[in-house]
Amino acid sequence: MQDFLSADLAKWLIQASYFLAAILFIWGLKKMSHPRTARGGVVWAGIGMVVATLITFLEPNMHNYVLMTSAIFVGGILAWWTGKRVAMTDMPQMIALYNGMGGGSAAAIAAVELLRVYTGAGLTHEAFAARELAVIGALIGTVAFSGSLIAFAKLQGWMRKVYRFKGQQILNGLFFVALLVLGFMLARMEFPASALIAFFTLALLIGVLMTVPIGGADMPVVISLYNALTGLAVGFEGFVLQNPAMMIAGIVVGSAGTLLTQLMAKAMNRPISNVLFAGFGTGDDGGSAMEVSGSMKAIDASDAAIMMAYAEKVIIIPGYGMAVAQAQHKIWELTQVLIDKGVKVSFAIHPVAGRMPGHMNVLLAEAGVPYDLIYDLEDINSQFANTDVALVIGANDVVNPAARKDTSSPIYGMPILNADKAHNVICVKRGQGTGFSGIENLLFFEDNTRMCYGDAQDVAQKLIAGAKTV
Amino acid sequence: MEGFIALYIFMLAAFTGYEVISKVPVILHTPLMSGSNFVHGIVLVGAMVALGHADTPTEQVIGFIAVLLGAGNAVGGYVVTERMLEMFKSSKEES
Repeated sequence: MQDFLSADLAKWLIQASYFLAAILFIWGLKKMSHPRTARGGVVWAGIGMVVATLITFLEPNMHNYVLMTSAIFVGGILAWWTGKRVAMTDMPQMIALYNGMGGGSAAAIAAVELLRVYTGAGLTHEAFAARELAVIGALIGTVAFSGSLIAFAKLQGWMRKVYRFKGQQILNGLFFVALLVLGFMLARMEFPASALIAFFTLALLIGVLMTVPIGGADMPVVISLYNALTGLAVGFEGFVLQNPAMMIAGIVVGSAGTLLTQLMAKAMNRPISNVLFAGFGTGDDGGSAMEVSGSMKAIDASDAAIMMAYAEKVIIIPGYGMAVAQAQHKIWELTQVLIDKGVKVSFAIHPVAGRMPGHMNVLLAEAGVPYDLIYDLEDINSQFANTDVALVIGANDVVNPAARKDTSSPIYGMPILNADKAHNVICVKRGQGTGFSGIENLLFFEDNTRMCYGDAQDVAQKLIAGAKTV
Repeated sequence: MEGFIALYIFMLAAFTGYEVISKVPVILHTPLMSGSNFVHGIVLVGAMVALGHADTPTEQVIGFIAVLLGAGNAVGGYVVTERMLEMFKSSKEES
């Protein structure tokens, strides 16, 4: 393939292009961390990816070009097609799926390299600790692969049950020890093919076993963790192949993903070790022990609309329930009606609203809500005290005062939006049951709370109609 | 020395990742996770090299899977990230 230019020039071009790609990735990620420049950021990173991919065709001594090109086309087109079609509410599981693919790819690279060791051909590049890093990358990548697929299945609703059995931790521990022994064999000794197969099978199993006991509510943290792991695996395989673009991009994502995972876990007040080794969002940890006093008081949508139209300041707290009902467009319409009437409207977003931190912002942005009307928990919590109406729509645990008051509640200590401090609270809810986590919401029983029952979409429609008549 | 260069790259890249993310507003967490998910799609490059050097049929099959999955990661990651970020607007801009 590189016949038309000298081997030296090809080498130089390859290295220069990888260098450029690494710069573009970091530059792109940097731009993606500000709302105004974020769009450009992903385009820059995309250019980096195209440059790196094209230049790789010039790598010396390669064959199998037909297989390579067809794999790129098949994989690329399938991913393009699914990525364009997926609804915004389903975005988290798609990220999990694509992430699993990356982990699987890194693991497959390691498998090819280890096979070369097995057949005696030797690693593609003899580099510092290459065989050890190949084994570690294989382990991490495989776990990220099978774990992400389970996370995908759970969020997609294909796997609703939480599987747990006695001695699961011990079994995981035993498997892990076996993996370490096998890994040491692969890294340091001559090994039989069965060891290689057993290693990958066990790693696949560990990924599955680690993920099945985790409840849906914790999935965002888990996806973020697997994202970081895939990055790390890619980085390690980059060291094995002596490929600087992979090393840098992989490790940057590995550390950025680790930080992101910590930020998410903190926002949910759940240490990462708890997410991985204990259950939550599974409904079997006791539930709230505090006596619920008072009763739920219902309100008509038209009355609620009048209350909001005459208010000076309204804060809307959207939750995943709103997104599932596809009510975000109606809510934005309502907001515009209220703003026209001189009401000051803001949106308060809990860090874990939706299914991932920031997911709700994406859903609101899709409906056309400008991002400067949207506030984080820290910025808005002090404002509830001088707010006339807090409209809670489809949110539940993130406004539950039990997190502040009830020490026995599983969500005690989680930072919440202090909707109960507003003069009036209107909760839009489908029925009287408990939410996603199965915890009773004390907010619904407060004296200043009124419940507005119905489908979020219908209620929003009635609110718009009601507000317009005022 | 070669091992130390690898360690330096590792350390500097790790710091860079940490720095880039640490000042991110919550509203961008999901797009950014998606964006970093796209960036590790660079694994495609490694998969191409692995397949390019594959000799036995087993290696070719595994290498083929590696490239297929890597391309899926890169393309899918880009498409969903781009779709998400496309929607971010300020009320001051025309909307």
